[in-house]
Amino acid sequence: MTFEQLRLDGVSRSFGSANALRGLDLAIARGEFVALLGPSGCGKSTALNCLAGLLPLTGGSIWLDDARIDGQPPEQRGFGMVFQNYALFPHMSVRANVGFGLKMRKVGRAESRRRVDEALRLVQLTEHAAKFPAQLSGGQQQRVAIARAVVLEPPVVLMDEPLSNLDAKLRLEMRMEIRRLHQTLGLTTVYVTHDQEEALSLADRLVVLREGEVQQIGTPEEVYAQPVNSYVASFMGYRNLLDLTVTGAAGPSATVEGAGVRLTGANRGSLTEGPAKVAIRPEDFVVGDGAENALDVTVEIVEYHGRELSVSARLASGLPVYFRTDKRLAPGDTAKIGVPAERVLVFAP
Amino acid sequence: MTAVASARPALRHRLAERGIDRTLLLLVPGLLVTACLFLYPFLYGLQLSFAPRQGGVFANYARFFGDPYLRDTIWTTLGIALPATFINVLASIPIAYVMRGRVRGKRLLTTILVVPITLGTVLTAQGLIMYGGPAGWLNKVLTVLGITDQPLPLIHNYTGVLLSLVITGFPFSFLLTLSYLSGIDPSLEKAAATLGANAVQRFRRITLPLLAPGLAITFCLSFVMAFSVFPSAQLVGDPANETRVISIAAYHAAFEEYDYSMGSAVAMLMAVIMLIVIGLVMAWRGTLYRGATGGKG
Repeated sequence: MTFEQLRLDGVSRSFGSANALRGLDLAIARGEFVALLGPSGCGKSTALNCLAGLLPLTGGSIWLDDARIDGQPPEQRGFGMVFQNYALFPHMSVRANVGFGLKMRKVGRAESRRRVDEALRLVQLTEHAAKFPAQLSGGQQQRVAIARAVVLEPPVVLMDEPLSNLDAKLRLEMRMEIRRLHQTLGLTTVYVTHDQEEALSLADRLVVLREGEVQQIGTPEEVYAQPVNSYVASFMGYRNLLDLTVTGAAGPSATVEGAGVRLTGANRGSLTEGPAKVAIRPEDFVVGDGAENALDVTVEIVEYHGRELSVSARLASGLPVYFRTDKRLAPGDTAKIGVPAERVLVFAP
Repeated sequence: MTAVASARPALRHRLAERGIDRTLLLLVPGLLVTACLFLYPFLYGLQLSFAPRQGGVFANYARFFGDPYLRDTIWTTLGIALPATFINVLASIPIAYVMRGRVRGKRLLTTILVVPITLGTVLTAQGLIMYGGPAGWLNKVLTVLGITDQPLPLIHNYTGVLLSLVITGFPFSFLLTLSYLSGIDPSLEKAAATLGANAVQRFRRITLPLLAPGLAITFCLSFVMAFSVFPSAQLVGDPANETRVISIAAYHAAFEEYDYSMGSAVAMLMAVIMLIVIGLVMAWRGTLYRGATGGKG
């Protein structure tokens, strides 16, 4: 089944009076890897379940080119899905798990065997084919789940936080594995995660959700460098979120003041006056004299991160500031730090 | 000496390593009760059954199998207990299947289904007589509506006992089945659906195989309850003929003929038959997958 575009048109889902997902519009091109990103309860898993057909919509429609598919049950939609808890059939061998979908589709025995072998080779589990899920490690189980979903060569693969149950090292390995699989097979993938690093590293495009509403859709670069609001910024690693007041705006820049500081930054909210949320990444600060937007801080906590230190400090007014530096600072030190104006994002609160 | 002692962990630690510590004392009350109320009566009954009033050691057993009136109670009992158990277990599957998720009115329905357990057999029998008897509501209504010209024979026969066993046994097997079913991770069926399995295939290939070991246990327990049927066979059955079950034969021997030895022998045979049926079911269960079912247990 080939298609050009999977389109979500105002997809909504409410549970009673609670709106889990409000009017999601999204067009996904064939072969694209899209990540739905947000904290728990933002509606990302709801969106995925709606796409899979496991959850009926309460509004909107889903289209595969010109065919409307939101009325189809999951077994007819035929989207592959990888579950957070893997959902492997515990009473079947790895081979039977992977072959289950082919069996349901009445694929011939020889053909089925060939495709299962291929899928198992792809996820490097050939020698474990006869084992049962309980005999495998978490990472291996995850590979089986992925093989089971991709063996059918589904038009769309849906992944629901597939790495969240793995330990840090394995997560990195599997992340690369998923990326590699996507490059090899080119399957259209919708990937749900709460981990921005995972989303940034895997996806061609990101959809940032908050309380069922889309905040931003864009490439990893766009979302990382140009967050549209302070919420997306906070999710993208802008750890410093300061509540300040706009005192002047000139063209693309704005001046904000408050808590004993005065900063010039990029005006991202077309603000002229009033309260603002100012977002700065810890790694954008530079330690030393002569920098733009100079601040005097007292170091409170220092975390060792190998090449860098992650520092938690306070302004004279008591406002906390987080920055990273390769200078060796110790708690109690005072330091002068600064940040280039274009790295200071001024948003509406 | 002291050097050796310090090199080895203390005895208490070594015992604890093998699971022997003071918490084992918690088993004592249970073991005492089991010994006094089960083990002793059982062994006493066993030896009593081999000490007949007249004849050799096996005289009671020979008499039981030689007398069709006694021997046939086995088939009568199985003829009631097996269908009742099958009905209970099979009927509880679809209902538990529907009830396992979040269903509106689940608590009310569960309560209604569970009430018969609390009523006890006698009250159930009483209700059955009032409801299904010749002058009961059901027959009155059916007669008034002209659906039947004479009352349906629902009690004081095989049907009465079967109905009673279903009413009292179903809630039990339903609750057991429900708990086994709730232990199966619902995402397994979802996964099967995304892999192209329709509702029937999902049930047959995923849910049923994972539920089957639990069903075997449910079957065994329900069967044991149904097999030892006595009150309902007396109260709503036809205890002289159609529903002369094995427990009636035991009662008859022990408390009407005052032949405790014979009564014990019949009771022992009851146990043997139950064990045979359970053994067969468990042997079948042994061929199934019995590992984790991924759910919340």
